[in-house]
Amino acid sequence: VYQVFESVARKYDVMNDSMSLGIHRVWKDVLLHKMNPSPGTLLLDVAGGTGDIAFRFINYVRSVRERQLRRKLKHHQNLSWQEIADSYQEEAIKPLGDSQVVVCDINTEMLKVGRQKAEHLGYSEGLSWVVGNAEELPFGDEKFDVYTVAFGIRNVTHIDLALQEAYRVLKPGGRFLCLEFSQVTNPVLSRLYDLYSFQIIPVLGEIIAGDWKSYQYLVESIRRFPPQEEFKEMIEDAGFLKVDYQNLTSGIVAIHSGFKL
Amino acid sequence: ERDGGGRLYPGHIRASPLQKALLAAGSALAALRDPYRHDMVAVLGETTGCLVLPNLRDKMRNDPEGSRILQERPRIRLATLDVEGLRRLPEGTLGREYLRFLEDNKVSPDTRMPAKFVDDEELAYVIQRYREVHDLMHTLLGMPTNMLGEVVVKWFEAVQTGLPMCVLGAAFGPIHLNARKLQVLATELIPWAVRSGRNANCVLNIYYEQRWEQPVASLREEIGIFPPP
Repeated sequence: VYQVFESVARKYDVMNDSMSLGIHRVWKDVLLHKMNPSPGTLLLDVAGGTGDIAFRFINYVRSVRERQLRRKLKHHQNLSWQEIADSYQEEAIKPLGDSQVVVCDINTEMLKVGRQKAEHLGYSEGLSWVVGNAEELPFGDEKFDVYTVAFGIRNVTHIDLALQEAYRVLKPGGRFLCLEFSQVTNPVLSRLYDLYSFQIIPVLGEIIAGDWKSYQYLVESIRRFPPQEEFKEMIEDAGFLKVDYQNLTSGIVAIHSGFKL
Repeated sequence: ERDGGGRLYPGHIRASPLQKALLAAGSALAALRDPYRHDMVAVLGETTGCLVLPNLRDKMRNDPEGSRILQERPRIRLATLDVEGLRRLPEGTLGREYLRFLEDNKVSPDTRMPAKFVDDEELAYVIQRYREVHDLMHTLLGMPTNMLGEVVVKWFEAVQTGLPMCVLGAAFGPIHLNARKLQVLATELIPWAVRSGRNANCVLNIYYEQRWEQPVASLREEIGIFPPP
């Protein structure tokens, strides 16, 4: 699996846009809305390689923070000029309100691409990039408020271990969120989806990335991943409660959510 | 398409007719946008060559030297070339000039892509041989590896092999050239390449590895390539 992603890292984002016709961006936006993080949240994004979730998290938290500060200003009509200036300073110093995201990936190439993207897009604070294995995370117990894994868990050899690790590093009250390919519910769409996956995607991989085999592997790994209900049970087995899932695009992807209570 | 079965040779990928059609179209566009995407040129050659490759193979079978090549399947690789031996050969011999060509243009025969989408392993070898012999074409025609040189060689190869990829490359390659080069191309180089291509025997029928000591001029005469302008 490692070698697949080494060769895939550079062209990852281009391929994602081409294969999903840009819809993967919508899926990730939905994930963030479901998460609805407030400033001060500590997020661990596993298999987050090129940073898509991390950047969205930062944007979300930043806008929530701006709204918070503006609301505060509105409520205090009798503020002195000094107090108003102080709150602007506060916004400048802590635009994220102590929110942080740690991006963890087993593949240094993907992290490198992510770091370059962050620099290019102007993301500097609140971001850390750590190499690590989802089955054995390099973090202590009960450290994070939210754990996300977007399109990464299907590549893990022992999914149950990854789920157990997720449970371990989350604080009590913490939330587990997984965005992953799943089983299509509609039989007609399922046929079209299969046709598209097996016929078109490897060709796209060959033309855009010069790599048929990696994208053939991708399509096969999607088929091997457990369907919605089975994955829900696996998450419950790891100790999570109030586990449920939401299908997107007729089940092409699903967001599974669980809480450590 | 799912399992590892059905592979005729290492690296073989079984593609459905729909996939081959998409690959042909996609690789043509990709190669047009970026002519240095050698992998796309290779894919285009494989997906469009299916009608022509059997003819090439038959030409080889009907020639004594060609059929020996088909049987022995020689591969041109840096590891198997006796580089120092070639360097010691007299000036003007095939081996010496080929080595000079490789060093001057900083290319290596090892960068030729292996065939992936050809569904017959003998034909896969034929297209492989064509790719590996390409540098020797440059040597025999005296053309460098810049855009202009490549286009001239493509014209020669198009006439010689009839491969659609060569024809497309010959027709569309000049898009990337400026007016002055186009003029030289049209007035001198292409006519010479076409005449030579028509006159010459099939270049795939020459066992180059056994002719390193032969002077280039003599080999040109034997094959039927006119001296370069």
